[in-house]
Amino acid sequence: MRNNFAVASSPHLRSKATTQRIMLEVCLALAPAGIAGVILFGWRAALLIAVCVTTCIVSELLWQLVTRQKVTVNDFSAVVTGLLLAYNLPASAPVWMAVIGSVLAIILVKQLFGGIGSNFMNPALTARAVLFISWSALMSAADPAPISAIYDPIANFVGKLGAGGIDVLSGATPLNALNAGSTEGLSLMSLLMGTHGGMLGETCAIALIIGGVYLCIRGIADWRIPAAFIGTVFVCYFFMGGAEMALYQLLSGGLLLGAFFMATDYATSPITGLGRVIFGVGCGLLLFVIRAFANYPEGCSFAILFMNVATPMIDRFTMPRPFGEVKKHG
Amino acid sequence: MFGLRMFPGGTHPHERVNGKSVNGGNAIVDLPAPARVVIPLQQHIGAPAKALVKKGDAVLMGQKIGEAGGFVSAPVHASVSGKVVAVEEIEVAGGARTQAVVIENDHQDAWVELTPAAHPETMSAAELQQLIREAGIVGMGGAGFPTSVKLTPAGDKVIRTLVINGAECEPYLTADHRLMLEKAGQIIDGIRLIMLALDVKRAIIGVEKNKPDAIEALRACCTGVGGDGITVMALPVMYPQGGEKQLVYATTRRKVPAGGLPIDVGCVVCNVGTVYAVQQAIREGKPLVQRVVTMGGLVNNPGNFMVRIGTPVSALIEACGGLQNGTKMLISGGPMMGASLHSDEVPVTKTTSGVLALGDEAIDPEENPCINCGRCVKTCPMQLVPARLDLLVRNGDFDQAEKCGVLNCMECGACTFACPAKRLLTQSCRHGKRVISMRRKQEAAKAAAEKAKD
Repeated sequence: MRNNFAVASSPHLRSKATTQRIMLEVCLALAPAGIAGVILFGWRAALLIAVCVTTCIVSELLWQLVTRQKVTVNDFSAVVTGLLLAYNLPASAPVWMAVIGSVLAIILVKQLFGGIGSNFMNPALTARAVLFISWSALMSAADPAPISAIYDPIANFVGKLGAGGIDVLSGATPLNALNAGSTEGLSLMSLLMGTHGGMLGETCAIALIIGGVYLCIRGIADWRIPAAFIGTVFVCYFFMGGAEMALYQLLSGGLLLGAFFMATDYATSPITGLGRVIFGVGCGLLLFVIRAFANYPEGCSFAILFMNVATPMIDRFTMPRPFGEVKKHG
Repeated sequence: MFGLRMFPGGTHPHERVNGKSVNGGNAIVDLPAPARVVIPLQQHIGAPAKALVKKGDAVLMGQKIGEAGGFVSAPVHASVSGKVVAVEEIEVAGGARTQAVVIENDHQDAWVELTPAAHPETMSAAELQQLIREAGIVGMGGAGFPTSVKLTPAGDKVIRTLVINGAECEPYLTADHRLMLEKAGQIIDGIRLIMLALDVKRAIIGVEKNKPDAIEALRACCTGVGGDGITVMALPVMYPQGGEKQLVYATTRRKVPAGGLPIDVGCVVCNVGTVYAVQQAIREGKPLVQRVVTMGGLVNNPGNFMVRIGTPVSALIEACGGLQNGTKMLISGGPMMGASLHSDEVPVTKTTSGVLALGDEAIDPEENPCINCGRCVKTCPMQLVPARLDLLVRNGDFDQAEKCGVLNCMECGACTFACPAKRLLTQSCRHGKRVISMRRKQEAAKAAAEKAKD
């Protein structure tokens, strides 16, 4: 007779999914865009990515040590925040700004509100917004011409492949041009390959689509959010300026990065399927309004941040009815 | 078409144990009756049975040793012949304590006089229900609700469809699978008898389509005499396909109302094991004294056994060549909904569908903060929001948890299985349900006391 078996409440079986695995897969999905950024913008892009990721990890670790909380740095969520913040910086941004942004993202936005899963706004996006408002000159993509492209043979090759010459690389961002009402000087190929101005991780549409579709197929990001978000933007611009205009809008600015990687942030998006559709549509509408009618050329981060704040309300109104429960009449 | 036959939510725990659950090929073997059996008087939902024997009595196999203790109750029968050596309190799976009759086996297997029904086709529904009740048959899928009660609908409820649960959606377990393969004829016969007892014209057997051999075996029997009105339906492999409400929805497209029973949509659900027991009771006159049990997990030779009720789990383990090193847990039932056993002396009861020996993978990992990923919402077959219920229960806000539907939770375990943060979601819901029902009882008692005062 043996009577020392462990006892516990059922279930006694767990799936392989862990927070750490999910975050690692997000990092993996973000890799193509980062590699593209380094190729297009050169070593400064790599430096900023490294600084952001390191600062995020170190701030989280220090904070948890100082406040005597359980150290959760090994869940890789700080790495994801670091990557996203870096991708939202221009390659020309100074290192000190990347450091400030990372500390803000981790301490102010994430840890002060309770750490992973409890923050109500996306840390990377909020930090970006703070930097953007505080140092708009340094943060604006007005001087986004790939610095290294002139002498980097790979970028040169990519540039030639994409736009038939590197001269396209300089000048205003596609959104500036689009908002000025012209698609002149832009080519779909250049937008797909990312050989144009912008933030270091947002320009290469192909890399973002590969990563984003991977996340959706793996079931890590809910496809409803990017589908609703991108779909709404497309429909709005389609009615405003036709299919070509809509397509250019989709591939420009931070939309793809935002829709696939930042709007799908678990903690700051609704938990139900219907809620996520509403969230995505809301992001799309706000982005359209900001891009088309407001002063900012780019509305992606603010659109998502607005919807982040609306998330508890969406969750509340989209609570599913239990299976078999009938709507009460009267 | 299969896409339409789906209930909302669900998950795939089979993927987690691939390879380990494949003992579906192991035919049912008779487990030799042990030297002594311990037969609990409470093996069902409802009032415990009242002992009819005392220490020193000689009993025959199949002799009634416990009388039903009320309407919702079931009698208990001796599973061996021999001598009663004790009537004492023991601990059963899940930790509850109950009275049990301990019988020393004389290894004669001397049956009481069996009285098979000569012509069940000519018997009335009430007579058939009485036979089923006297045989001590309860829901053998795990719940243990007295079958005769289920077959005796209250007043105005009309039953149109008999739904037979052959889904067997828990990983590891293959007892029902083997039974459907080996006793297909008896199961179809049993369904026909229950249809007579219910006076219904239609029966649907739901089987997950990962058991094509069982589906084929059942279909082959349906085409014979008396198969009329019985359909075998192949269902998608999705846990918890065998949940009562999920099965009714998958087979009939009817949603059992929240807080209701299948009978509210004109259905009665029986497990294939129960159907087999009914067939044996009516055709052979044999009461429920044995059942098929899967022994799986960390044993050297897993398999399926016909086990006498009251056999200690240790005898099953021995028959499988003993436990492997690293066994940390013993589970009665499946890994998703089964109860853990602290000792291998616990007896097999009418509701023990399997016994599993599990290792480190069954020990609860450390919990992490919820990341709001929504996997629990996606998997919940009752369309609840487990992450939210978990938070409410942990914060002690039981009123709000009730408003958010925690009482609809059937504790299938899908949310805890799916959770990447390894949170004890099902466990929280279970706790919440218990507290709420306890409070209701207290309030009712208080109201009754005040009324008595007045």
